[in-house]
Amino acid sequence: MFYRESGDFKTSYAADQQTFPIRFDRIVIALVLVFAFAVVPFFINDYWEKSILLPFLVWSLAALGLNILTGYCGQVSLGTGGFMAVGAYACYKLTTGFPDLNIIFVILLSGGITALVGIVFGLPSLRIKGFYLAVATLASQFFLVWLFNKVPWFYNYSASGQISMPERTLFGTAVTGSAATPWATYLFSLLFVVVFAFIARNLTRGRLGRSWMAIRDMDIAAEIIGVPPLQAKLSAFAVSSFYIGLSGALFFGVYLGAVEPTEAFGIDKSFLVLFMIIIGGLGSIFGSFVGAAFMTLLPVLFKNIMVGGFGWPTDMVQHFIFMLVGGLIMFFLIVEPHGLAQLWRVTKEKLRLWPFPH
Amino acid sequence: MNSTRKFGDPILAVNNISLSFGGVKALTDISFDILQGEIRAIIGPNGAGKSSMLNVINGFYQPQEGEVWFDGKLRGPLRPYEIARQGIARTFQNIALFKGMSTLDNLMTGRITKMHANMFWQALWKGKAENEELEHRERVEHIIDFLEIQAIRKTPVGRLPYGLQKRVELGRALAAESKLLLLDEPMAGMNLEEKQDMCRFILEVNDQFGTTIALIEHDMSVVMDIADRVVVLDYGKKIGDGYPDEVRNDKDVIDAYLGVAHD
Ligand SMILES: Nc1ncnc2c1ncn2[C@@H]1O[C@H](COP(=O)(O)OP(=O)(O)OP(=O)(O)O)[C@@H](O)[C@H]1O
Ligand SMILES: [Mg+2]
Repeated sequence: MFYRESGDFKTSYAADQQTFPIRFDRIVIALVLVFAFAVVPFFINDYWEKSILLPFLVWSLAALGLNILTGYCGQVSLGTGGFMAVGAYACYKLTTGFPDLNIIFVILLSGGITALVGIVFGLPSLRIKGFYLAVATLASQFFLVWLFNKVPWFYNYSASGQISMPERTLFGTAVTGSAATPWATYLFSLLFVVVFAFIARNLTRGRLGRSWMAIRDMDIAAEIIGVPPLQAKLSAFAVSSFYIGLSGALFFGVYLGAVEPTEAFGIDKSFLVLFMIIIGGLGSIFGSFVGAAFMTLLPVLFKNIMVGGFGWPTDMVQHFIFMLVGGLIMFFLIVEPHGLAQLWRVTKEKLRLWPFPH
Repeated sequence: MNSTRKFGDPILAVNNISLSFGGVKALTDISFDILQGEIRAIIGPNGAGKSSMLNVINGFYQPQEGEVWFDGKLRGPLRPYEIARQGIARTFQNIALFKGMSTLDNLMTGRITKMHANMFWQALWKGKAENEELEHRERVEHIIDFLEIQAIRKTPVGRLPYGLQKRVELGRALAAESKLLLLDEPMAGMNLEEKQDMCRFILEVNDQFGTTIALIEHDMSVVMDIADRVVVLDYGKKIGDGYPDEVRNDKDVIDAYLGVAHD
């Protein structure tokens, strides 16, 4: 009833090809953006910033990145943690090496460097597929974390082996470092997420996105009808890694402020992001956000209800969450590979016809 | 079709092609040509090497011997996507659509060799990228109208019935606006009505756009109706080549089809 596509007739292909062809979607997105940019900053506090909003934003970028590679181009990767580490260390080296470089450029360049690294580690995908590719990316995960532990140059020879983000400002306001306020870090991260979500949407529905999906759905036919496999796969690795690099840079620079590679960028992070896109929906921009929200909010919610409300022990709640997530992953892999986003789409299709389903 | 239609020079010529897989000889010393504007059928019993021949023509298989001339030039060893760019499109015996994509996106992917906007403009969906998407959308919509598949424009092709999938696959190949169109059993598994539709589409494409077509087909009545000339393969060898009437009355061809023992 509320969700309407009917009556929203397109009179030109241009109207049918806009970013969000359905008017209802456009209105909702506009409202969400106004709320996120103009309302949330006034009410945000430390708790909301550190426990909910920043992790959600950072993981959304990572999920977008992995979804481009795995969901759109069909190349499975378990190297997400390692690529986030590349983004984080690139950010650290850039901003300590060039303290005057604007923080926006630092973050963007971190993404760019990660994209280059992603291309290198994507080369095996030209020869191997599926399970074997997953194992190859797993190797890159361990190699990268090992590298950042092993080579002191990356952490500027600091005694602890950690890297910590110095204060950086944008328009005179600190967005990194301990002086940065919750609203500043939030808005700064939100800006990246919104801009790059729109870009992801555009890339995935145009020529490039079609060439990725063609490779995913049937690589041999794709090549025979004119999709160059090398270009398609490596561009997917590059764009995906760019997003994951951005995410890693924000994770380190804006969210945590200081990291140690083994703990911050371990294999568990690779799996976390993979779970996000499976639960949220493979091959869906919206699904990347849903998955990131689900995986970051679920533990917070359960902790509040079960530990705070029922007084259960924390470790039991932790195990409960593991089991729940595990069950959900199995459910989605078997029953609905397109995740929560698809369930939402089906609901919308029903709503469209409601109240007369026949 | 009759033999009074006039055609141009050969758009494609294969000379002495031999192809084997390990010990299996799929093609032995095959030569024939396809003239500009004609509908050329390739027929033969199962396993004769028809699909392998198409795979050689679009570069998916590299023959051990022989040469391929396309559009007046001797072709070097190219990757299939490079050959697609030169103007050869095809459909597959077992439908090879992009199942997760809509009909529209499948057809748009068929035009991929004609789209060039760089990643920057695509990311913004502005300038060259936007114009290009619009321009190609319009071309694709013509094909959608032509094939009468307007109603399934936005449907993921994995959900379509077999006959429609075959039609969408033809659409994807047509979208390439190629010089040469290779169709591998486009009517296999169809009922009479669907076959008639498909024949009509093939003839109209050939007639309206002058597209040269190489067609593999088992249904002899279809071949006799729409083909200008026919190549007959059997056990990887060419056993007949000519106008449909000639081929139909050829003794070797009749033997091959009736399964006369080879000695
Ligand atoms: N990739 C391959 N590897 C090994 N053998 C192959 C391969 N492709 C084809 N062949 C063999 O080559 C021969 C010809 O096969 P092809 O598919 O070209 O026949 P066809 O004429 O298209 O038959 P059909 O009417 O059944 O489609 C067969 O013996 C087949 O087993
Ligand atoms: Mg065949």
